[in-house]
Amino acid sequence: MTTWNRVVGAAGYRGDVGEELHRALGLTDDEAAAIERILGRAPNHLELAMYAVMWSEHCSYKSSRLHLRRLPTEGPHVLVGPGENAGVIDAGDGVAVALRIESHNHPSAVEPYQGAATGVGGILRDIFTMGARPIAVMDPLRFGPLDDARSRWIFEGVVSGISGYGNSVGVPTVGGEVVFDECYADNPLVNVLCLGVMPKDRLVLGRASGVGNLAVLLGSTTGRDGIGGVSVLASAGFGDAVADADKRPSVQVGDPFEEKRLIEACLELLDAGLVVGIQDLGGAGLTCATSETASRGGVGMDVWVSAVPQREPGMEPFEVMTSESQERMLAIVTPEALDAVLATCRRWEVRASVVGRVTEDGGRLRIFDRPDGDRLADVPAASLHEDAPLYDRPIARPAWQDELLAASPASLPAPVDAGDDLLAMLVDASWVYSQYDHQLFLNTVEAPGADAAVLRLKAPGLPGRSTKGLALSTDGNARWCALDPRRGTAMAVAESALNVACAGARPVALVNCLNFGNPEHPEVMWQLSEAIDGMAEACLALDLPVIGGNVSLYNESRGRDIDPTPVVGVLGLIDRLERKPPTVAMVPGGRLVMLGATVPELGGSLWALRAHGHRGGTLPPLDLAFHARLLDLVRALVTDGLAAGIHDVSEGGVGVALAEMALRSQVGFRASGIDGHAELFAESPSRVVVCAVGDAADEVVRRAGEAGVPASLLGEAGGDRLIVDGLVDVSLADATAAWRNAIPKALAPSR
Amino acid sequence: MTARVGVVLFPGSNCEHDAVEALEQLGGKAEVVWHGSTSLDGFDAVVLPGGFAHGDYLRPGAIARFSPIMSTVTEFARAGGPVIGICNGFQVLTEAGLLPGALQKNRGLKFLCSTVDIRVETTKSALSCEAEAGAVLRIPINHFEGNYTCDERTLAELRAEERIVFRYVENPNGSVDDIAGICNSERNVVGLMPHPERASDPLLGSTDGLTMLRSLLAAARG
Repeated sequence: MTTWNRVVGAAGYRGDVGEELHRALGLTDDEAAAIERILGRAPNHLELAMYAVMWSEHCSYKSSRLHLRRLPTEGPHVLVGPGENAGVIDAGDGVAVALRIESHNHPSAVEPYQGAATGVGGILRDIFTMGARPIAVMDPLRFGPLDDARSRWIFEGVVSGISGYGNSVGVPTVGGEVVFDECYADNPLVNVLCLGVMPKDRLVLGRASGVGNLAVLLGSTTGRDGIGGVSVLASAGFGDAVADADKRPSVQVGDPFEEKRLIEACLELLDAGLVVGIQDLGGAGLTCATSETASRGGVGMDVWVSAVPQREPGMEPFEVMTSESQERMLAIVTPEALDAVLATCRRWEVRASVVGRVTEDGGRLRIFDRPDGDRLADVPAASLHEDAPLYDRPIARPAWQDELLAASPASLPAPVDAGDDLLAMLVDASWVYSQYDHQLFLNTVEAPGADAAVLRLKAPGLPGRSTKGLALSTDGNARWCALDPRRGTAMAVAESALNVACAGARPVALVNCLNFGNPEHPEVMWQLSEAIDGMAEACLALDLPVIGGNVSLYNESRGRDIDPTPVVGVLGLIDRLERKPPTVAMVPGGRLVMLGATVPELGGSLWALRAHGHRGGTLPPLDLAFHARLLDLVRALVTDGLAAGIHDVSEGGVGVALAEMALRSQVGFRASGIDGHAELFAESPSRVVVCAVGDAADEVVRRAGEAGVPASLLGEAGGDRLIVDGLVDVSLADATAAWRNAIPKALAPSR
Repeated sequence: MTARVGVVLFPGSNCEHDAVEALEQLGGKAEVVWHGSTSLDGFDAVVLPGGFAHGDYLRPGAIARFSPIMSTVTEFARAGGPVIGICNGFQVLTEAGLLPGALQKNRGLKFLCSTVDIRVETTKSALSCEAEAGAVLRIPINHFEGNYTCDERTLAELRAEERIVFRYVENPNGSVDDIAGICNSERNVVGLMPHPERASDPLLGSTDGLTMLRSLLAAARG
C-alpha cells in the first residue's frame, strides 16, 4: 500500500506510465506488454492499477488455474460448481446449500484481529451474494507454537477477531481446526468456510444484464483501507517484521454492524425480486465487482467515481477503484425498481448510491469521473479476468524429498511412558470455540469439538420444515503432505468424508483451500500439483465433486515456504435428523470396537513430531475403495442407532482417539491388544472407534464382517482411568487437566 | 386464548427468529416488531431478544434505549405488561432504566458461549411462574458483557424483595451474587443473560428453556 500511494499517487493517474510503475504494482514486464496489446495503446495509471489487482495471484489464480482443471466438479447434487461466488448443492426439500472457503492468511499475519474479522465478513458476502442466508461459519486455523510471543499475539488476535465479528454479525461459528506447527510461525493460516441456505428457486448469480440498468453500490463508504490488498499482501511473501508493519494499511477494517444490516437488506431485496444481479466487493474492490458482473453478463458498464461515497476527501480514482473497504455490495437494478431498492436500504440504514449503468458498449468497462465527465479508463471488462495470465510454472520434486522419506521414525526410541506422550498430545480447543457463538438459529445439534458439526437444515426464510440435517467438517494435515503431498491430501479428503459419515451423513460435496508457499519455487509447484492430483483421486473414488475453492500462495516467511497445507471442507447430508447422532464419547459399560486395520507406521505422525521433533518417513497406505466401503458402513451404523459414541482415528492414532472419547464424556476405559507405541500412535487412515452397548456391539462386528471391514474389540468403557494394557495407565482427572489446560497454560507466559 | 408476543427487532438483533420459533412451538403467537415502530397494540407480552442492537460499539444497549419503540415498551411495562429481556435485551432494559444495575465485561475478558446450570430462585416473575423454585435448569449463555453489577443498596433490595429470579450454579462471568436474571418490583419485567430459546429442543441438548417461555405465555394471558 505504501508503495501504491507513493508511486501511483505521486505520479497521478493521467499521463504516461513510467517504466517502473507496473513493477511497483506487482506486474511483470511481460504482463505490462500484454496489457498494452489488449488495449492497443499504453495503459494509463488507473488502468494499470486495475489490471494489477485483477491479474494478481489472489484474483487470477494465474499459477494454479492450469492444475485446478484436473479436479472433478460434477455430481448429482451440484447446482453451481467452481467459478462463481460459492458452490451450490441441492439438498432436497426445495432447499439449496451454498458453500465456500477462503483464506485470510496474510492480512491476519500483519493485523490478526482485523485480518481474521474481515475474513469472516468477506466470506459471508460471497454466500449472500448467491441469495443464501449464511447460517454457519467454520475456521480452520494454523499458528506457530505458543512458546513464541508473536505466535501468541497472532493466535489470540485471530480468535478475538473471529469472535468479535462473527458473533456480532449474527452467524454462528460451528467448528474448525486449531493446529500449531513451527512452519506457520510468521505466516499463520486463517481459513474460513461459510455455509448458507436458500429456497432453491432464489439462487442468484453475479451477473449484470439489461442495458440501461443501474449499478447501485450498497453499504459502507469507500476509504483508503485495503488498497492493493490482493497484490501487496496476498500475492507476496513476508520479510522482516519492520517491513511487514508497513503493510498494515493494506489490511481492511471490519464493521460487523454494517455487514449485519447489509445482509438483511440484500436478502430482503432478493426476496422481493428487486435486483437483477448482485455481487459482493471483495479483493480488488469495485474493479472486480463491476468487471465481473459485466463480463459474466456479456455487457459493458460505465462507472462514475465521483458518485462513489468516499470516506475522506481527495481520494484518487485508482484508490476508489481498487479500495477493499469492507461491507459493500454492488446491485444491478432496473430504473423502475430503484425507488423501492432505496426505500428498503433506508429502512435498514444501508447507504445506497447509483454509481454506474449497464451499457451495450462492446463489453467495455469505462470509468468516468462523473456522468458525461472525463473518461478516466476504458478497458474490455472481460480482459481483466479472461485474459489474465496463465502460468505453467516450472515444477520440480524437491531434492530433499528422498532424504525426508528415508528418515523413518521406526528407529526412534520407544516412549518410557506412553501415557506421558499421550497426555502431551491432548488439546481441548474449547478455549477457542467458547469465544464463538455456535448456537444461533437453533440449528447446532453437534457443537464444535466433535468430528463434524451437525446442523438442522432450517433457517429464517426457508419454506416448510425439513427433517434433513447437514454435517460439515474441515480437515488438513501438513505433516502428511510434507512427506507425500499426493497421498497426504487424499488422506485429508478421506478423513473429512469419514468425519461427516460419523455423524450419519452422506458426503456430497467438497470445497478446498490450498495453502502453499511461493509458486515461483518449482518445489512448491510440485507440492501443489501433487496435492491436486491426490485430491482428484480421492474425490473421484469417493464420489465427491469439488464445488469451489481458494488458492493461497506465497505463504512463506524469512525465505522458508510453509509445509503444503491443502485444507478441505466436506459437506454431508443427513436424510433424517430425528435424534442427536452419537458424538465423540463413551458410555459406561460400552464396548469399544475399532473398524479398519492399523498399519503401525509412524511416518508423518504427531507422536514422532511431539516426542522426538521428527518429521520424516513414509505415509501409511490408503485404500480408497476400502475407504468408500467404510463410509457406507459407518453411516449405516450411525443411522440405525447402533453407536453410542464414535470417533475417527486420526492425529495421535487410536491412543488419542480413545482418550478424546473418554475426556469428552468423562468416562474412563480399559483397552488391550494394542501392540506397542507404533500401533497406539500410528495414523494409518480408514479407522473408526465405535462405542456400542450390549447387543449393538455384536451387531456392529457382524455388519462390519458383511461389509468386508475388519473389526476388533479394543476393550470396554467405564471407570476413572485411561488404560491401554502394557502402555498407558493414567487417571481421568490427570488426563482431563492436561487436555483442558493445554492452551491456557501455553498462553500463560503472556499474562 | 393464544398469547401474542411482540419480539422487538433492532437492526443488529440476531436472536429474534429463534425467540419467535421457540414461542410458537409452545402455541404462542409471536411477531417481529421493528424498533422504529411506536405501537405495541394487540400484544400481550414483549421480548427484547439477543444480539447487538445497534452494533453496540459504545455500550451494549446504550443506543437502543433511544429507539422509538422503547418509550412504548416502557409504557407497556408500566401498565403491567410482561417484558422480557434476553441477553442483549437485558442490557437494553438496564440502559433504559426498566431494571436496575448494569452488565459489564465478563471476568476473564472473553466472550463466553457455553451451556450452564441456573437455579430458579423465585417463581414470582413473568419468566418463572411455571417453574419450580429451586429447580436447576440447563440453559446456554452467549455474551461478552454479562457480568451483572449494581450498588450495595440495590443488591440488598433485590435480595430482600426476592427479585433475583435466576442464579448461576457455577458463576461463569463474575456476576455479583451469581445473578443470572432479575425482575422489577412489579415482577412483570425480567432480564436475564442466559438464552431460554436455545434450550427448546432435545436435538439442541436441553428443553429446560421451555419452562421459562411457558411462564411468559402464562403471564401474557394474565
